[in-house]
Amino acid sequence: MHNFELVKPTSIEDAVAALKEEEAQPYSGGQTLLPTMKARLAAPTKLVSLLGIDELRYVRIEGDQVHVGGATTHATVARETKEAYPGLASLAARIGDPAVRNRGTIGGSLANNDPSACYPAAALGSGATIKTDRREIAADDFFEGMFMTALEEGEIVTGVTFPIPQAARYEKFIQPASRFPLTAVFVAKYDAGVRVAVTGASELGVFRWTEAEEALSKTFSADAVKDLKVDDADMISDLHGSGAYRAHLTKVMTARAVTALS
Amino acid sequence: MPKDGGIGDSTRRREDIRFLTGAGRYSDDINVHGQTYAHFVRSDVAHGRIRSIDVAGAEAMPGVLKVFTSKDFEGAGGVPCGWLITSRDGTPMQEPKHPILAEGKVRHVGDPIAVVVAETKAQARDAADALEIDIEMLDAACDMKAALEDGAPRVHDDLSSNLCYDWGFVEDNREAVDEAIKAAAHVTTLELVNNRLVANPMEPRVAIGEYNPATDEHTLYTTSQNPHVIRLLMGAFVLNIPEHKLRVVAPDVGGGFGTKIFHYAEEAFVTFAAKALRRPVKWTSSRSEAFMSDAHGRDHVTKIELALDADNNFTALRTTTLANMGAYLSTFAPSVPTWLHGTLMAGNYKTPLIYVNVKAVFTNTVPVDAYRGAGRPEATFQLERVVDKAARELGVSPVELRRQNFITAFPYATPVAVEYDTGNYHATMDKLLELSDYSGFETRATDSKSRGKLRGFGIAHYIEACGIAPSNLVGQLGARAGLYESATVRVNATGSISVMTGSHSHGQGHETTFAQVISEMIGIDASQVDIVHGDTARTPMGMGTYGSRSIAVGGSAMVRAAEKVIAKAKRIAAHLMEASEGDIELKDGQFTIAGTDKSVAWGDVTLAAYVPHNYPLEEIEPGLEETAFYDPANFTYPSGGYGCEVEVDPETGHVKVLAFTAADDFGNVINPMIVDGQVHGGVAQGIGQAMMENCAYDAEGQLISASYMDYAMPRAGDVPMFTVDASCATPCTHNPLGVKGCGEAGAIGSPPAVVNAVIDALQRGGYDVGHIDMPLIPSRVWQAIQDATAAKR
Ligand SMILES: Cc1cc2nc3c(=O)[nH]c(=O)nc-3n(C[C@H](O)[C@H](O)[C@H](O)COP(=O)(O)OP(=O)(O)OC[C@H]3O[C@@H](n4cnc5c(N)ncnc54)[C@H](O)[C@@H]3O)c2cc1C
Repeated sequence: MHNFELVKPTSIEDAVAALKEEEAQPYSGGQTLLPTMKARLAAPTKLVSLLGIDELRYVRIEGDQVHVGGATTHATVARETKEAYPGLASLAARIGDPAVRNRGTIGGSLANNDPSACYPAAALGSGATIKTDRREIAADDFFEGMFMTALEEGEIVTGVTFPIPQAARYEKFIQPASRFPLTAVFVAKYDAGVRVAVTGASELGVFRWTEAEEALSKTFSADAVKDLKVDDADMISDLHGSGAYRAHLTKVMTARAVTALS
Repeated sequence: MPKDGGIGDSTRRREDIRFLTGAGRYSDDINVHGQTYAHFVRSDVAHGRIRSIDVAGAEAMPGVLKVFTSKDFEGAGGVPCGWLITSRDGTPMQEPKHPILAEGKVRHVGDPIAVVVAETKAQARDAADALEIDIEMLDAACDMKAALEDGAPRVHDDLSSNLCYDWGFVEDNREAVDEAIKAAAHVTTLELVNNRLVANPMEPRVAIGEYNPATDEHTLYTTSQNPHVIRLLMGAFVLNIPEHKLRVVAPDVGGGFGTKIFHYAEEAFVTFAAKALRRPVKWTSSRSEAFMSDAHGRDHVTKIELALDADNNFTALRTTTLANMGAYLSTFAPSVPTWLHGTLMAGNYKTPLIYVNVKAVFTNTVPVDAYRGAGRPEATFQLERVVDKAARELGVSPVELRRQNFITAFPYATPVAVEYDTGNYHATMDKLLELSDYSGFETRATDSKSRGKLRGFGIAHYIEACGIAPSNLVGQLGARAGLYESATVRVNATGSISVMTGSHSHGQGHETTFAQVISEMIGIDASQVDIVHGDTARTPMGMGTYGSRSIAVGGSAMVRAAEKVIAKAKRIAAHLMEASEGDIELKDGQFTIAGTDKSVAWGDVTLAAYVPHNYPLEEIEPGLEETAFYDPANFTYPSGGYGCEVEVDPETGHVKVLAFTAADDFGNVINPMIVDGQVHGGVAQGIGQAMMENCAYDAEGQLISASYMDYAMPRAGDVPMFTVDASCATPCTHNPLGVKGCGEAGAIGSPPAVVNAVIDALQRGGYDVGHIDMPLIPSRVWQAIQDATAAKR
């Protein structure tokens, strides 16, 4: 790790101002950022901690929506959305281990957009809205591919709003070493239709499996996806599994989520 | 009932108090006044020619004392290899130089090129970034088969090829084996890979060098399983320091699993640099460095053929292996695929004819050497897999096929040079079937089926050779060392005892078990006994701990020394009681004249030895301290039956290990709880190898499983509660405690049991899968199911 300066503002405004400096970077749970700094893969000269900003740490249930502050930990989400949005709570409860869940935050996870991260699947699968210091971005427009998002330089995720579905389920098939998803699927059933978001599988990052959405919106049963084919062209192939295997898992995990919900 | 704290008692491990409360003293906890920090700059390419290294920029950085390169080591020796193997044609193995820092070429990712020594760790690392190293990339030799082809990139330019040796054993049996295979009623053939592993001890390697110019004495603190071996190898072969000027200390060591046996360049470096700079030099490996610089394990590619007659008796066995040596020969690397592997190919069976051929290959990868089991897991895996496959091909029960071919009369001379002293394989098989409720398996399989899962049961029966080893024998086999062990039993004036042992404990619990043996022999409380190890200045010359040898060889040396102590103490007691020496008995810490109630206590005798007022000084020296060196007469042969039950999810290929049973014969057991723990650890590592661990290189020689993001270690949730049993004991006939050793058994017997179970599950599910290479990660199992399904269509 190289030396760096750490500032800990107490308001979003001050944080955004601090981030104007070149080479400044937001620091939230540090569960992704610190390991990369230790490995000297990142060397920001200034870290702007978001952990002192109270207005970034909350879970509010309002009507048919869950609002989560950008610097809210996975453990908090797991605990506080258990009743209002159990599908989301269960996803948060299965990220990493207790240490990771008590430090890592939703804003950090979404901003990082690791192609194997869990939260992007919940955000995309719920049609969530990502709020930043300057605008609101629909999840459909937020994720722009592996480690890429619509966020601009110095823009911070301040909160996420999840519309609460009738039911939702996250099926996570873990990669045996990292225990991140090898392939995981978030299925959410809304009045307007079913959403299916897939993470861990594609070179392009989290994506919606639209054929399955259409089929499931018509008939919500595992049989509805039985004869669909997942295109494996952009699927990740590595030590842990081929693209074809990930395409297969996409279907199996989707079917299992649906079975569990029906 | 075993005596409290004596042999057979599950005494709690005394060392755990310091380990579990964070009070252990590991190498990295040691800080020497004035120490500096070394940062190794390592190759990030697998193979390349070093065009230039410009150290000027780095040396000008703040805090930097010096940047070392191979130039600084002109005149020093290379890291030596401790075992010479002779090829079939009588020529010695090719033995390239293993420089401390790369000379001219880099040969694997992680090969050290330069070292920055600075006042702080951060300064050393910053300066390393400023080093200018120009390397011309060369094609890498990674795949063993390809590396042996004409025109393959040459790992060492000065060798004639990448072939280290071509070993045949027993060469005289070769033709007879070929004939027997031709004449056989049935031959089962299997090609398989024994996957490369990273040992991953919890504590990474550390080395601290210190030099005292006033006395010309060097001290090396290092994470080693055998400090005396390091002192000998490094002093005599690398740095030319005589033993009396070199002290090696291996304090608490947080796991070794073999990879801390070897002498590493980093140890020689810090010792050398401490003298050059007149400052102590400390190096602590990062986990990333450990992945690319600790010697790896296994990495064999094998073809095995088992011949049977019409009655299913094994008639011959032929196996051909390519064994990866990596880029350089690590300390004991050549012995692992040969003498530690070929001599075990008989397993538990009376196969009359066996021929083993091993070609060892240099590749542009990290050196490969002994890892828990070392050679014996590779032998057991192929044998127990091929026996299982044969049973399936012949339509007979894998239990019965094994039983029919079991060796039942002991001692038994195998056709592969070793002679088993004792064993009872039917007993361990019976115990295994009983404890694993084998007869209830079908009911459980039906239950799995009703849930869409495939259940399978796998058996493996193993033999291992432990207690390495008779020195004259291993000398003939090419070892450049003796393999005895030593102990000094020092009785203090008030009766407490310090045992200085050449064995080294890095998790095994010697401080507890060795004390139990002394407690039993003398009849004093175990708390009166301390075990001292891990420091060449405090212990007699000993060969250290590996190959499950500590209690069998180190324990025997301690028993011999204690016997000498007791004999002398009896003479003193006889004098004190004015009796004849032959009438003295020692029991529960009291010396008694046989048949009388006259006695003196242990403490009275020890006090007399050191305060010899009323003492026959003309006949007996004062003091009570004895040393013994023990050279074993044979290996010991632990054996056992292992059973594994799994459930496969055919939709995803995911395998759950539901149950694991181990019925072992370790001979006599000193501390059953510790033995159980050793089996637990070994089985967990074996399940790790079978199910998830995989050290993988790509075609360019990049290590792609270089961190825990990609290298999967088994966790508690990945293994079931184990059922272990060591009651089928046939004591070893040639060592004083009748012990055989238990450290590696779990890692040796479990991988074939797991794979046999998965194949069984798939076969029962209607998928004709003959073999899947480890690790059986979900994608591989799924792929095998797809291939079997496609083949059926
Ligand atoms: C052992 C381990 C296991 C893990 N397992 C999983 C898993 O199973 N599933 C999973 O999804 N994740 C997993 N993670 C990742 C974990 O969830 C991280 O916490 C998360 O990805 C990043 O969140 P953070 O708050 O720690 O972000 P940080 O590490 O602080 O930051 C990550 C990146 O986001 C930026 N950033 C942080 N906050 C904001 C913000 N509010 N607005 C804009 N940019 C921001 C930072 O500048 C940085 O670039 C694991 C991590 C570890 C160490």
